[in-house]
Amino acid sequence: MKNIRLTLVFYIAFLMIPLYWLFNMSLKTNTEILSGFSLWPTNPTLDNYITIFSDAGWYMGYVNSTIYVGLNTIISLAVALPAAYAFSRYRFMGDKHLFFWLLSNRMAPPAVFVLPFFQLYSSIGLFDTHIAVALAHCLFNVPLAVWILEGFMSGIPKEIDETAQIDGYSFGAFFLRIFMPLIKSGIGVAAFFCFMFSWVELLIARTLTSVDAKPIAAVMTRTVSASGLDWGVLAAAGVLTIIPGAIVIWFVRNHIAKGFALGRV
Amino acid sequence: MQKKLNQKAWFLVLPVFLLVAFSAIIPLMTVVNYSVQDSFGNNEFFWVGAEWFSEILNSERFHSALGRQLLFSAIILLIEIPLGIFIALKIPKQGWAVSLCLVLMALPLLIPWNVVGTIWQIFAREDIGLLGYVLAALDVDYNYTQNSTDAWITIIIMDVWHWTSLVVLLCYAGLSSIPDAYYQAAKIDGASRWATFRYIQLPKLKRVLLIAVLLRFMDSFMIYTEPFVVTGGGPGNATTFLSIDLVKMAIGQFDLGPAAAFSLIYFLIVLLLSWVFYTIMTANEGKTNQS
Amino acid sequence: MAKIHLNNIAHSYQPNPNGPDDYALKSMEHIWEDGKTYALLGPSGCGKTTLLNIISGLLTPSEGHVLFGDDDVTSLPTEERNIAQVFQFPVIYDTMSVRQNLAFPLKNRGESVEAINARVEEIASMLGLTDQLDSRALNLSSDAKQIISLGRGLVRDDVNAILFDEPLTMIDPHKKWLLRSKLKKLHQEFGFTMVYVTHDQTEAMTFADHVVVMKDGEILQVGTPKELFERPRHTFVGHFIGSPGMNFLPVSLEGNKAKFNGQTIKLNHDYSTDISDNIMLGIRPEYIAVTTPDNGGIIASVTNVEDLGKHKIVRMTIGDHTLSAIVPEETEISTNEVSISFTPENTLIYRNNLLIEKDK
Repeated sequence: MKNIRLTLVFYIAFLMIPLYWLFNMSLKTNTEILSGFSLWPTNPTLDNYITIFSDAGWYMGYVNSTIYVGLNTIISLAVALPAAYAFSRYRFMGDKHLFFWLLSNRMAPPAVFVLPFFQLYSSIGLFDTHIAVALAHCLFNVPLAVWILEGFMSGIPKEIDETAQIDGYSFGAFFLRIFMPLIKSGIGVAAFFCFMFSWVELLIARTLTSVDAKPIAAVMTRTVSASGLDWGVLAAAGVLTIIPGAIVIWFVRNHIAKGFALGRV
Repeated sequence: MQKKLNQKAWFLVLPVFLLVAFSAIIPLMTVVNYSVQDSFGNNEFFWVGAEWFSEILNSERFHSALGRQLLFSAIILLIEIPLGIFIALKIPKQGWAVSLCLVLMALPLLIPWNVVGTIWQIFAREDIGLLGYVLAALDVDYNYTQNSTDAWITIIIMDVWHWTSLVVLLCYAGLSSIPDAYYQAAKIDGASRWATFRYIQLPKLKRVLLIAVLLRFMDSFMIYTEPFVVTGGGPGNATTFLSIDLVKMAIGQFDLGPAAAFSLIYFLIVLLLSWVFYTIMTANEGKTNQS
Repeated sequence: MAKIHLNNIAHSYQPNPNGPDDYALKSMEHIWEDGKTYALLGPSGCGKTTLLNIISGLLTPSEGHVLFGDDDVTSLPTEERNIAQVFQFPVIYDTMSVRQNLAFPLKNRGESVEAINARVEEIASMLGLTDQLDSRALNLSSDAKQIISLGRGLVRDDVNAILFDEPLTMIDPHKKWLLRSKLKKLHQEFGFTMVYVTHDQTEAMTFADHVVVMKDGEILQVGTPKELFERPRHTFVGHFIGSPGMNFLPVSLEGNKAKFNGQTIKLNHDYSTDISDNIMLGIRPEYIAVTTPDNGGIIASVTNVEDLGKHKIVRMTIGDHTLSAIVPEETEISTNEVSISFTPENTLIYRNNLLIEKDK
C-alpha cells in the first residue's frame, strides 16, 4: 500500500512541479525572475495578469481561441452524430472504406496541410476568420468524433430504434428525444476530445490567422519586446491557457476513466 | 450486431463526407499538384513528374530527419507505454483520491502544445528554470541549447510529462473493466503478481493498448510545436523532426515542389506504420468482434 | 479433505460496526461435513457470497475462526487453502488453451511438467474436455468455460472443498440441467465437499444433500430439502421454499386447537404452554384439502384458479388473509365459496416467526 502511494505521489509531483514553476513565475515581476532564484515569489504580484487583462491584443487571443474551439466542437458533433449513427446501424455501399478513409485523416500530419490550408482558405476569402480554423480542425476532430460516437452507439441495442419506430416516433424525434439522451456520455466524451485537440493545436491555427482570429497560443510569441523577453507575462499567459482545460476536466472528472476508453472497452 | 443494408444511410454520412472531403481532399490535391510541378515564382508551372519524389527520397536531409523521427517515436513508445501501464496498475480502484489523481493526471493533456513547450523551455533553463538551476547546482553539465544529447533528453522528458497520462488513463479504464472474479480466481489458482498481470490484466488491456500505441505513435511521429518551441530544431539539426523540417521547407524556404513531395511521403509513412502496428497488434486475435 | 468449521464467525464491511445492522454476516457457528453437498440459498444480499468468500479466504472475517479439520486457517491466504471456486461469470484465461488453463494452478505451485501433464489429462477426461484440450479457451461456449474453471479447481489433488457462486447464471436454460447433473455425478464419483450458492430454490433442492437458508446475514435453517419443506423452522423459510410458499395465518392457541376468525383448527400437539401474542399457523398449500362448502369446516372465497396441467393452484381469501392450496388436476372448483381443511400433522405453529418444535 505504501509503495502504491509512493509511485503515484512521485508521478503526480513530476507532473505538477513544472506547472507550479510556471505559476510561481507568473506571480513575479520580470526583474525578480531575472535577478535571482527563489522557490516562491518574494513579492507576489498580479501585475502580469493585469497586463494581460488590460490589453485587447492579449485577451482577445483567449476570446478568439474560445470561439473557434467552440465552433469546431459544435460542427464536429453536428456532422459526426448522424454519420456515427449510420456506421453503427447500417451497411451501405463503401461503408468500410469510408470509415477507414475518415480515420486515416486523423493520421495526417498537420504540417502537411499547413500550406494547402493557407491557400485554400485564402482563395475562398476565409483567411483570418474563426470559421476557417474551426473547419480546418475538423480534419482531425470529425474522424475522431465519428469513431468515439460509433463506439458508444454500438453499445445501444438496436431494439430501442425499432420500438421507437413502432411507437410512431419520426426519425428526427427519436434521435433527439430518445437516442441522444442514451449516448449523452458518449457525446460528452466526443466533445471533450474535440475541445482538447482543437484547444491545444497551434500550427494550423496560427497559419490561418493574422489579426482578427489570432489564437492565444500565437499571441504568446509576442512577449518578445524591446527590453527582451517578458517572462512574467509569458508565464501568466501560459497559466491562463491551462485554466479552460482544467475547468473542462473538472466537469468530466467522474467520467474520465470510462471516457478515455472511448466506449470501446 | 447484425446491421441492416440501407443505402439511404449515405444521407446521414454525407455531411461528414463533404466536410472532410473539403478539408482533406482539396488540400491533398493541391499537394499532389505541387509535388509533380516546378515553378519559377510567377505562377507558371511545368510538369516534372516524379523528380521531387526521387530528390526527397535520396536526400541526406530527409534521411536524417526520418531517422531522428523514428528514433524519437521508438523511445517515446518504449518509455510511455510501460510507464503508463505501471502507473495505471498503481491507481486504486476506488476512493476519494482517485478522482483527484485522474484530474491532475489529465491536466497536461489539455495544455496548448506551445505552452507545453514554453513550460519546459523555462523549466530547463539554467538562469530561471528550476530543473536547469538544480542541475547546475549539482554541477551537472547540462545545456539543452548547446548540447544535442541534452536537447534530446529535455524533449523526451517533456513528451513523457505531456503524454504518459494518456496511456495511464486509457489503461486505467481498461483495468477498471476487469471483474473482481478474475482477481479472485487468480488468487485461488495461486497466481503470482506477475502471472496475474501477464494472464489477466495484459490480455484485457490489449484493446486499449492498441489505441494507446496508435495514438502515441501517430502524435509523436507528427510532433511539431513542442520541440519547435523548446529547441527550434536545434542545436544544429539535432532535434529537427519531420514536421519541423517540412514546415521549414514549405514556409521558410517556400520550396513548394519538394515540400509537397515530402508531405506525401511523410503521410504515406505514417499510414504505413500505423497499419503495421495495427496488423501486428491484432494478428493473434483471430476474429475480432468489432469493426 | 476435511470438514470445515466456521467457529463463531461474523463479518462487517465497516471497520467499526456499531450494531447488528452493520454486519453483512451475523455471528454464526456452522460445520460443513466432509464429502457432503450443501446449497446456500437466500435472496440477493443475504450474505451468501460473503460467507463463501470467508471460506475461500478472499475475505477475512472480522470475528471468529475458520477451521479446516483441526487447523485454524483464518489468516491463511486463499492460495494455501486448497479451495476451488467457480464464479458467477466464467473466469478463464483468454490467451491460453484449455490445457494451459487447467495446468495454470499446478504451474503456479511449481510442479513438474510430467506431473502436470498427467494430472491435466486425468481431469480433462473426468470432465469430458479431452477433445477440446488444445483449443483456445476464449472461443468455447459459456457452459464449457464454467467446466474449465471448475477443472482448474479440481486439478489440484488436495482440494478441501469446491465452492460455487451462482455458477449457472450465465448458462443457457437448456444447458443448466446438463451442467448440474454433471456436478452431481462428479460428486457421486469423487466425493468432494461442495458448497453451492444460489437464489434459485429448485437448483438448491435438486443439487444438495443439505440446504442452508440465509437471510439478512443469518443462517435460518440447515436441513435436507425434505426437512425444509416439511418443517420450516422460520416463517421466512416457509415462504421462500415451495411454490407457492407456505400459508401463514395469525391464530390464538387453546390447548391443541387454534382459533382463527372464529373457527377452530385441530392441531396435533398441545400448545397450552406456548401462548403468546404473535402466533402464526403455517400450512403448506399441498396439505390443504379443498371441498364444497356444504362439507363444513373453514369457508374461504376463491379469487383465482391457476391450472398448471399437473395440478391446480387455488388462491383464496378468508377475511383480510390470502392463502393458496394445491389440489389435484381433476378437482372441480366451480363455486365461489369453498370449504378447506388442514391435515393436523402438517399444521405447524410459529411464535415470533420461529417454529415451536414438538416432535423432538
